[in-house]
Amino acid sequence: MAYDKFDILTSTAVPLPIENVDTDQLIPARFLKATERVGFGDNLFRDWRYNGDDTPKPEFVLNNPVYSGKILVGGKNFGSGSSREHAAWAVYDYGFRCVVSSFFADIFRNNCLNIGVLPVQVSPEFAEKIFEAIFADPNTELEVNLADQTITLLATREKEIFEISPYKKHNMLNGFDDIDYLQSIKPEIEEFAAQLPL
Amino acid sequence: MSKTLFDKVWDTHVVRKIEGGPDVLFIDRHLIHEVTSPVAFLGLKNRGIKVLFPERTFATADHNTPTINQHLPVADPLSANQLKALESNSNEYGISHWGLGHQKNGIVHVVGPEYGITQPGATIVCGDSHTSTHGAFGAIAFGIGTSEVEMVLSTQCIMQPKPKKMRINVNGKLGLGVTPKDVALFIISQLSTSGATGYFVEYAGDVFENMTMEGRMTVCNLSIEMGARGGMIAPDETTIEYVKGREFSPKGESWDRALAYYRTLKTDPDAVFDKELTFDGSSIEPMITYGTNPGMGMGISKEIPDAEHAEGGATTYAKSLGYMGFSEGDSMIGKKVDFVFVGSCTNGRIEDFRAFTALVKGKHKADDVTVWLVPGSHIVESQIKEEGLLDILNDAGFVLRQPGCSACLAMNDDKIPAGKYAVSTSNRNFEGRQGPGSRTMLASPLVAAAAAITGVVTDPRTMMQDLETANA
Repeated sequence: MAYDKFDILTSTAVPLPIENVDTDQLIPARFLKATERVGFGDNLFRDWRYNGDDTPKPEFVLNNPVYSGKILVGGKNFGSGSSREHAAWAVYDYGFRCVVSSFFADIFRNNCLNIGVLPVQVSPEFAEKIFEAIFADPNTELEVNLADQTITLLATREKEIFEISPYKKHNMLNGFDDIDYLQSIKPEIEEFAAQLPL
Repeated sequence: MSKTLFDKVWDTHVVRKIEGGPDVLFIDRHLIHEVTSPVAFLGLKNRGIKVLFPERTFATADHNTPTINQHLPVADPLSANQLKALESNSNEYGISHWGLGHQKNGIVHVVGPEYGITQPGATIVCGDSHTSTHGAFGAIAFGIGTSEVEMVLSTQCIMQPKPKKMRINVNGKLGLGVTPKDVALFIISQLSTSGATGYFVEYAGDVFENMTMEGRMTVCNLSIEMGARGGMIAPDETTIEYVKGREFSPKGESWDRALAYYRTLKTDPDAVFDKELTFDGSSIEPMITYGTNPGMGMGISKEIPDAEHAEGGATTYAKSLGYMGFSEGDSMIGKKVDFVFVGSCTNGRIEDFRAFTALVKGKHKADDVTVWLVPGSHIVESQIKEEGLLDILNDAGFVLRQPGCSACLAMNDDKIPAGKYAVSTSNRNFEGRQGPGSRTMLASPLVAAAAAITGVVTDPRTMMQDLETANA
């Protein structure tokens, strides 16, 4: 599925300074039973967000009206665990277009890139600065510029450059996906398959 | 140029390299299940494209399936719907489908090797992070997301940057009661849950050379729990002996050609790894986890470390111990256990049930512990019966359930209730993993057996010494 182009995103952000946020927290397994990609945002962080009787837990950041925005800022090793793309879908469906962390788990990062959510890895120091700025003023805005590969704290203009492969960057800037590319080289793939050892 | 085992298999499968981007990697075998495939098939339908090589994809239902009364209709309508979608999608696109009730049905990472779908030197993917299991055969095997499932269905390829390479050596004689699960939990406890992120691991050393294929599968299965995309072990005679003659293994001349390829699959002596670690196998104890990620594990006789000695920030550590209801400095021995789960793609094979049965033989299940014994496949289930293990288990007060992923991720009805403690042979102790509010302690089948008999966390070595004395 092709996705929206990603260019420059300027938004407030939601802080979640917890390390090792795993995919079972992002979307618990019991909410993986859909056969279509709909409604996953409602269950993002389900068990941190709601009590057993479905009443909201007021202390959780997504239930705090002070914090909002299209950017989620997480702690180190964000998205560890399962390969469920549903975790990235839940992040997207809730309304986030970018996740910032000082370290991402591999599969989650890949899944995000494949559906048009930009994972931005920053240094631990810059992550700390972002958290401090948001906690001091929840209206703090971040600017994520994909073309320049920069993330900026707008209030102070402090910025950092982030890494992304030129191929993925081109895809996200244009809303292209890998399947379009792979389809275009199908004859080459078929030829390759014929000479394999297994 | 010298190559590692990983390089050899990877390079053999690169269709093309993209400048400033990933490699296009050809996938030999693709495994699918009911949870992560439906949206991929929907994508194919929306684009109006076919499955390129349906004979390279195999479908089995496992995540959602009930583990009792499998002959009855699945009660949960959402689960039933997903199982039906897997069946209809497989039929529509000409893919082998081993659904609920099929003789070959079982956990995807258990049946793959059993039927010879898993081969040395192959590239194997599945929309499940524990696909790393198949690395035990010297395959490059890793978990993928649903977008990538769609890529493999439509073109048999995915696009991946080549990961960095790490070698983990473990040498020495393993002590009494120390199983492959303990070796893996030990390594993860040393590296942390993110210590191998960005790497593909090769396990080397005599500890792995001396392991059975099932033991190697347990170790490779858990590679993802230290962040590695996968782990692999060079194929040897043990591997070839296991693979030979299985239903989907090459036959005749194809087998001879395959064998010649398998024999090339080892790291060259002067090949270089980005990172190399070595551990002493004789220092490993039976392991148990005390926190909410698999890196939070320790020798069963140890005490829960202080926050200052723990990886991760103090806030995260305190949250984790708070969830478990444990404190720094606690001993795990003697902690109350409410549930025991033996099963999953990590420890749901016959050797796991043999180990469990050997320890509980002639004893009786603790009255206040609920025990779920869930074989990984129908083959494992049959072996348990044919080897006489079931009679021993029944005499000791245990019953056997039917194959599936079960309480490992609690998508079916096998859920640990909120606040309850489970000793589990599965792979993840995340908050709520085994049911909302459940508290999981990961361990080997032997530690699970000891807990099932005593009702508390127990060092299995104390019971094994009794056994050895009795047998002497």
